[in-house]
Amino acid sequence: MFESLGDRIQGVFKELRGEGHLTDFHIETAFREIRLSLLEADVALPVVKQFTEKIREKAVGAKVAQQLSPAQEITRIVRDELRALLGGENATLDLQGKPAVIALVGLQGSGKTTSAAKLARLLKTRGRYPLVVAADLARPAAVQQLVTLGRQIGVPVFEPGKRTDPVEVAREGLREARQTGRDTLIVDTAGRLHIDEELMAQVRAITAAVEPQEVLFVADAMTGQDAVKSAAGFAAALPLTGIVLTKTDGDARGGAALSVVATTGKPIKFVGVGEKPEDFEAFHPDRMASRILGLGDVMTLIEKVEATVDADSARKLAAKTATGEFTLEDLKEQLASMKKMGPLESLIDLLPKGGAMKALKGPQSVDERALVRTTAMIDSMTPDERRHPQILNGSRKKRVAAGSGTSVAEINRLLKQYQQMRRLMRTARKGVRGLDLSRLVLPGGRGS
Amino acid sequence: MRYLASSEMAEDRKDAAPGARTGFFAKVKRGLFMTHTEILEKLGTAVKESLGIDESVLASLEEALLSADVGADTADALTRSVRSRAGASRRQDVEALKELLLEEIEKVIASAPRPGPRADVPLFVTFLVGVNGSGKTTTTAKLAAREKAAGRAVLLAAADTFRAGAIEQLQTWADRLGVPLVRHREGADPSAVLFDALSAAKARGVATLFVDTAGRLHTKKNLMEELAKMRRIAAREVPGAPHETLLVLDATTGINGLEQARRFVEAAGATGVVLTKLDGSARGGIVLAIYRELKLPVLYVGVGESADDLVPFEPSEYAKALLGDDVAH
Repeated sequence: MFESLGDRIQGVFKELRGEGHLTDFHIETAFREIRLSLLEADVALPVVKQFTEKIREKAVGAKVAQQLSPAQEITRIVRDELRALLGGENATLDLQGKPAVIALVGLQGSGKTTSAAKLARLLKTRGRYPLVVAADLARPAAVQQLVTLGRQIGVPVFEPGKRTDPVEVAREGLREARQTGRDTLIVDTAGRLHIDEELMAQVRAITAAVEPQEVLFVADAMTGQDAVKSAAGFAAALPLTGIVLTKTDGDARGGAALSVVATTGKPIKFVGVGEKPEDFEAFHPDRMASRILGLGDVMTLIEKVEATVDADSARKLAAKTATGEFTLEDLKEQLASMKKMGPLESLIDLLPKGGAMKALKGPQSVDERALVRTTAMIDSMTPDERRHPQILNGSRKKRVAAGSGTSVAEINRLLKQYQQMRRLMRTARKGVRGLDLSRLVLPGGRGS
Repeated sequence: MRYLASSEMAEDRKDAAPGARTGFFAKVKRGLFMTHTEILEKLGTAVKESLGIDESVLASLEEALLSADVGADTADALTRSVRSRAGASRRQDVEALKELLLEEIEKVIASAPRPGPRADVPLFVTFLVGVNGSGKTTTTAKLAAREKAAGRAVLLAAADTFRAGAIEQLQTWADRLGVPLVRHREGADPSAVLFDALSAAKARGVATLFVDTAGRLHTKKNLMEELAKMRRIAAREVPGAPHETLLVLDATTGINGLEQARRFVEAAGATGVVLTKLDGSARGGIVLAIYRELKLPVLYVGVGESADDLVPFEPSEYAKALLGDDVAH
């Protein structure tokens, strides 16, 4: 396992703790570690050098503020610089054109077609009327893929039909958009290598034909050192305006984000965060910087919770908690809203790494199925049993176990945890603000 | 390698297709040209100036490895080995140092079990697994083309029922290559596709079945378990199946490739790697870390988009390519 950037830097700072000022030795030690950790985060070598030089300049000259320790001072510099590099604020799309034209370009397999559909869906939810042009005629069935996705998200897709020239397809797509009154045109292009001059000339011709306001470079978050070369290649050939960073739902540290931004000088505008069309978000430099530094993406977590837990049921639950009337039915409701938030693994990725959260690393620690099983057990009970779990005797338990495909032992465990939770709630009646369901939900993982 | 029935077969193939070998070099070279010239120049200068090995040379060497995505740990280990070996006899020239590094790289590659001959079974089942966009479907088609060229009856299973258009993509390839395909509707249970494909393969007496699975990030536990389930089904229907599980890895992948390989070995029983998209400027150096930590061998490399752009992995050629050896000559 690679140490996270945060772990390493924290390690350096631990060594630095208790010092009154930054000595050259401190700075050198810290920089070696920062350099290594950036490399381990897949930031490309030239970018690492450029980045550490910048920090060095600031750190050497920096007067450590009275209230800050040297460690805190370097943390601040690293974090500020990382944020500055990733882009100061949320980057928005230029949708001025009539129609606004957006082209997606990038290497094979980076996620252009999926991103085209995700972007179309997002713009649709914002009240736009997009048309997606399938101008990837190279990969077999790329058009078919886009047509299917278009149907899923309810956005029309312009198909090439018998046309074989992607430039012509793009041009016809633009005409179609004008004729049908579409206000946004999204052009999906074929994946190509930046060193393939012929294909790069072709994509230049496509952009020349439709004159997009936005040319977005689609980059895979798991890319390594090559990110710099491919991004530079595309930036040299095309007037890039921004970046879409895909597959950020994995466990890659995402150093490619830094590499691509530093190379192109263009902001990341969107990130792909999952396989479904709605798994597409605006990019937040702050959060990315924090995530790379291992400080966790708490903001995203909070937003997710806020978006899924509706205020009414939360209030109701709070009231029940206060009176100690929390039943298995309420628990089920809670589990359902947890499930709505998405895979637990992705939620845990958002938490700060290191410290107490260290134990949560790796998918082994999260047993999504425990959640399903718990729900199944509660579902297999009668309403009466859910309200008054104490009536569950041996034969009832056997029935519930058979109904949910679990065992009596598991039912017992659930009941025991439920009782513990109730007791906890009663004792905490006055002070309780939120519920820690983790112990109950994940008996196979965190709880046991 | 393992797809070729025997060593003679491998020989045949080499003789019959010299184009594949030169193709490998030519295509890889094109991308390599851009990168390492600079580093090697630096390396040469450093050596000339100091008339021997010094830390700046080693640092350049390490940088060459790092920019090939070998990863900090592996780059450090390789550089250490070279340092300790070169230390004994100083005044090495740059070629001698590079030679040492090449040997060290080949040593790492040799530490993994060499792929043996193809198992002698009536039906050889191969799974293709990997993260999204690594090139599984294209690789499936390329492997099928190789098998067909080797004179064996092939069947494809379109078990990527998740990604829109994936089935159509494989169908297009199947039509092009003239090989049969078992497919269900999009969104169908991939295990059901597999089951049908296994039954069809047995009934028709085909020699090789390739199963194209949906791309999945290695961190998605449920999806990884789906692969485990598919393995169980394969083993139940055909003893010993899947005989091969190939992790399709994009050469542009960074450090995360090691984690991907680790999880796909654990959850999906990956037995080998296909390194794709080596025709770009990426070097895929993470496979060295995979060799070193997991002893998982690379079996094939993908060097282009057409059906014959898949060639057996050759360690020494790859090691040279990794260091940009061709550029120096």
